[in-house]
Amino acid sequence: MSIEVQKLRKSFGDFVAVDDVDLSLQSGDLVALLGPSGSGKSTLLRMIAGLETPDSGEIHLTGKEAITLSVQDRKVGFVFQHYALFKHMNVFENIAFGLRVRKQPEASIRARVTELLDLIQLQGLEGRFPAQLSGGQRQRVAVARALAPEPQVLLLDEPFGALDAKVRAELRAWVRRLHDQTGMTTLFVTHDQDEAMEVAKRVVIMDKGRVEQEGSPQDIFDRPATQFVADFVGETNHVESLSEPGLVVWGPFRFAVADLPGGLKVRVYFRPHDVYVTSDKESLQVAATITMERFKGAFIELELDLGSGKKILAHLPKGVSQASGFRVGKKVFAGITDFHVFSMDGSNKVFRAPGECLPKK
Amino acid sequence: MTSVTRTPLSHRDPAWARVSLTLAAVVLLGLLLVLPLATVLFQALSKGLGAYGSAVSDPETLSAVRLTLLAAVISVPANLFFGVVAAWLLTRYKFRGRQLLLTLIDLPFSVSPVIVGLIYVLLFGAHGWLGPWLLAHGVRVIFALPGILLATLFVTFPFVTRELIPVLESTGKDEEEAARVLGASPLRIFFKVTLPNIKWGLLYGVILCNARAMGEFGAVSVVSGHIRGETTTLPLHIEILYNEYQFAAAFAAASLLAGLALLTLLAKSIVEWYASKEGGIE
Repeated sequence: MSIEVQKLRKSFGDFVAVDDVDLSLQSGDLVALLGPSGSGKSTLLRMIAGLETPDSGEIHLTGKEAITLSVQDRKVGFVFQHYALFKHMNVFENIAFGLRVRKQPEASIRARVTELLDLIQLQGLEGRFPAQLSGGQRQRVAVARALAPEPQVLLLDEPFGALDAKVRAELRAWVRRLHDQTGMTTLFVTHDQDEAMEVAKRVVIMDKGRVEQEGSPQDIFDRPATQFVADFVGETNHVESLSEPGLVVWGPFRFAVADLPGGLKVRVYFRPHDVYVTSDKESLQVAATITMERFKGAFIELELDLGSGKKILAHLPKGVSQASGFRVGKKVFAGITDFHVFSMDGSNKVFRAPGECLPKK
Repeated sequence: MTSVTRTPLSHRDPAWARVSLTLAAVVLLGLLLVLPLATVLFQALSKGLGAYGSAVSDPETLSAVRLTLLAAVISVPANLFFGVVAAWLLTRYKFRGRQLLLTLIDLPFSVSPVIVGLIYVLLFGAHGWLGPWLLAHGVRVIFALPGILLATLFVTFPFVTRELIPVLESTGKDEEEAARVLGASPLRIFFKVTLPNIKWGLLYGVILCNARAMGEFGAVSVVSGHIRGETTTLPLHIEILYNEYQFAAAFAAASLLAGLALLTLLAKSIVEWYASKEGGIE
């Protein structure tokens, strides 16, 4: 039930969709492939399913070489973004399709479909046609259809992409529960970072056909390995400067990192929620003026002017911002608790804590 | 989907405009479509039912009907097969020469049927490129059934493909891929997944193809040689009778052809009705 991908490559004409990708899923893993559109994540998934043929590289499913296997023989369950249910078949026949292909006896087909209808909680709707179901119900039928022939692995291609926000949230939780129940090795593709973080236990981030970083959601969020990941996952401030030995000076701040060499063009990333803002000066803070205030639901986004045109964004819990009376024009103090320094010389080397952000002397 | 929307009065055109436009459409339809059809029937029966009966049961007329039906029975299934294969290829695969193939399939629409007939004469005629060799091997193409079939096949070639391409494009290949992943063989995928999705479009294409196959005049006229009772199809037979001033007989034969056309039209309407009920054709 494992997936092993080595040095996989696929190009369409001049466009390299998947470039030397390695990927490894152990039995029972739940992994998200996260990336912007065109990053090659769907192509990678389709190659694992056998719907695309790689130019080079290897795919092993449960230890067995899979590239020479036809789609039909790979025993993967595949869920498409737009459900791809058979329009002219009812729910029962949709789920039963993979079983009928395998010429199973009618009684066992009936038993398996009933079992799956229970699993997706659509008992009693087996006579409906796809057009008579809601988007969320359709996607659950699509999952049941993929699970029916008891595949080795389950692959989902942007499974929630076509649904509205509320149904998406429900289905995310459902997929996670389903995975806990079945323990099936699951790989799903998404461009939605919240989805990836919430559903998967491990996230693989792709960009331009390459794997940028692989790790737990928290790893990816707190310790981005590349500038792309720092930019793509979550919101972030980034500022550019020239490094001094062990130090980057930008505006009123000094970002101290022990092993940083001098004379390097660098970019410093720090998240808006790692900027802390207070009315009274605390240690390691600098003076700032609030120049803009945006309501973002659970939190408030403030734009801070640090003087001489240097501006950064800060995210504060709504209550904190209101209690402190933060509004446009108010003079405040700001500090930065966490940051990452990336060199811009192409090596993409990252320097980070233990380091401190201090006010300039 | 089936909600009834009432147009607010303020958005309606004035009554005189609606009435006069409708009237104009009805008069035009009557003049161009209904009147000629009625005339055909009227002329066919002008010498009485007896004359009509004998004209219709004339051996030459019957032979023409048989030939027309034979041409349709052979060319329609052939085009059904090629049409499905071509539409499938063109919508499911991106390959070099795809655009060229699309243009070639449309060729019968853009080339005059008479020219098509002439090309076949030049190719397969007694003095054509391949004709002498074929004749030496006992195969007669021009002024015989094979020529008529070739001409009919050519002019009816685009109908099924052209009807299927938009249907196949709009259904996409997701369902087919889903069936593949579930382990279905290509044949099973075609019959269980693809065909049910395209059946109305396919049937519609077949009906149009059939209508054209039975009514084709130009191309068939050039290659047939007008041998009475042998190589005259119904449209050609009508022309012969008309040119010989046998108006009643000509119109009697024409009424048969018109009847076949009306049957086709009826079949087409039934298909459209079912399709709209199932949402098959957009």
